[in-house]
Amino acid sequence: MKHLLDTQGLAYHDALAILDTAEEMTAVSSRQVKKLPTLRGRTVVNLFYEDSTRTRISFEAAAKRLSADVMNFSAKGSSVSKGESLKDTVQTLDAMGADAIVIRHSASGAAAQLAASDWSEAAVVNAGDGTHEHPTQALLDALTLRRGWSSAHLNGPRGTDLTGMKVLIVGDIVHSRVARSNVWLLRTLGAEVHLAAPATLLPYGVESWPAIVHYSLDEALSAAPDAVMMLRVQAERMGGVFFPTAAEYTRRWGLTDERLRVVEQLRLGDTDSPALILHPGPMNRGVEISSAAADSPQAKILDQVAHGVAVRMAVLHLLLSQRQHDGNHDE
Amino acid sequence: MTHSPETATVMTAADIDRALTRIAHEIVEAQRGTDELIICGIPRRGVPLAQRLGAKLADIDDSFNPETSLGSLDVTMYRDDLRTSGARTPEPTQLPTTGIDGRTVVLVDDVLYSGRTIRAALDALSDYGRPQAVRLAVLVDRGHRELPIRADHVGKNIPTSRTERVGVRLAEIDGLAADAEQVVIIR
Repeated sequence: MKHLLDTQGLAYHDALAILDTAEEMTAVSSRQVKKLPTLRGRTVVNLFYEDSTRTRISFEAAAKRLSADVMNFSAKGSSVSKGESLKDTVQTLDAMGADAIVIRHSASGAAAQLAASDWSEAAVVNAGDGTHEHPTQALLDALTLRRGWSSAHLNGPRGTDLTGMKVLIVGDIVHSRVARSNVWLLRTLGAEVHLAAPATLLPYGVESWPAIVHYSLDEALSAAPDAVMMLRVQAERMGGVFFPTAAEYTRRWGLTDERLRVVEQLRLGDTDSPALILHPGPMNRGVEISSAAADSPQAKILDQVAHGVAVRMAVLHLLLSQRQHDGNHDE
Repeated sequence: MTHSPETATVMTAADIDRALTRIAHEIVEAQRGTDELIICGIPRRGVPLAQRLGAKLADIDDSFNPETSLGSLDVTMYRDDLRTSGARTPEPTQLPTTGIDGRTVVLVDDVLYSGRTIRAALDALSDYGRPQAVRLAVLVDRGHRELPIRADHVGKNIPTSRTERVGVRLAEIDGLAADAEQVVIIR
């Protein structure tokens, strides 16, 4: 694994290696010294063509906890606004000695193009490209799901996958790279993926996805999912052609207080532990998720944030500690 | 190498057990008891060895409680050879919840070779606290140190050449019967 571009092409054993490494990384934030020397002297560039505070800060925290040097490049107010191309920007960063480039771009496939080019030797991490994928978000969701699933079953999370778990993803699937990355990754890890969305927010060709599609949230909840992942409704799409009004979306597709009472009855598999509620953030309280649901003990939303740093540490570690030449290594 | 490797047994299951019993007694003697002692295994094979030492220490001294005095310390993220030997998945680190400040930590590993693992372990340990003293117990010392590090307690000194490898086969890690455990030299 030289780059992390998507979860569709992520092999099962690579996904488990990332999750198992992340599992150990979660302990770092509770230590006396919240830092590891692993990437000392390496440089990680956050190249963000789209606004994102949460993901950028999470990658920055991850790189810093591993002692890497971090450079933040945001397109706004930079040479990009003067018309510099992606190629020239990347070659400039390469000349400054970047070892990894974390890229977020509004164009689907931007990360893959960068990885396939000879513009830079750096490892490429996709931090969201258009409506294509957002692999680290799916990995942190998987870490959160695996922790809940394995602790409900009273075994350690290490080395386990999500076999037997039923995960429901609700909302704007068509525009969501988070949903796409999750569908592929959760499937790889053995979970059964359900999608619930209005027909206008489902992508063309969704019937070929490895997922079960519901056109009613209540019907999807009656299939007893082990986890419910609510996607954010993007403000610019509200009241547009996708659904009539925000209030109607909430009534039909939101995790309202009434639906929370249904979710409270759901259990993780055949255990007594309650089902999980996830949200990638930032939340629109009162739109796709009610305040009571967001603050319920079933909601793992803050755990997801913490797991985001751990997963990104794991990814940076595994990509930047790659074998550069074959060494005959003992013990 | 094209020819099949030749292996020679240098320690049997009984030898391993006797060596650990002796090391446990040595630790009690050197510490004048087991107060403030933490036995800390380095994954992977140091961990079951540390657990066995803990059980023997509890037999020798009633006041030693393995529940609160055993730990494991993963050093993957502290290694200096990550760039050349590739990324490995870290193993769990579990230290006593009371912390290691002011305690005597005995690091336990299976084979002492270059000393680089122990160097990494000392760095890792200092990120968790400030022990009063750190000691090192190993099942096998095979020589060829690359750093100024030595073990306080050694199960067996085994002179080797750099081309040989030392294999420690333990029940917990390698899925063997307890009496099939052994230390081998692979040429």
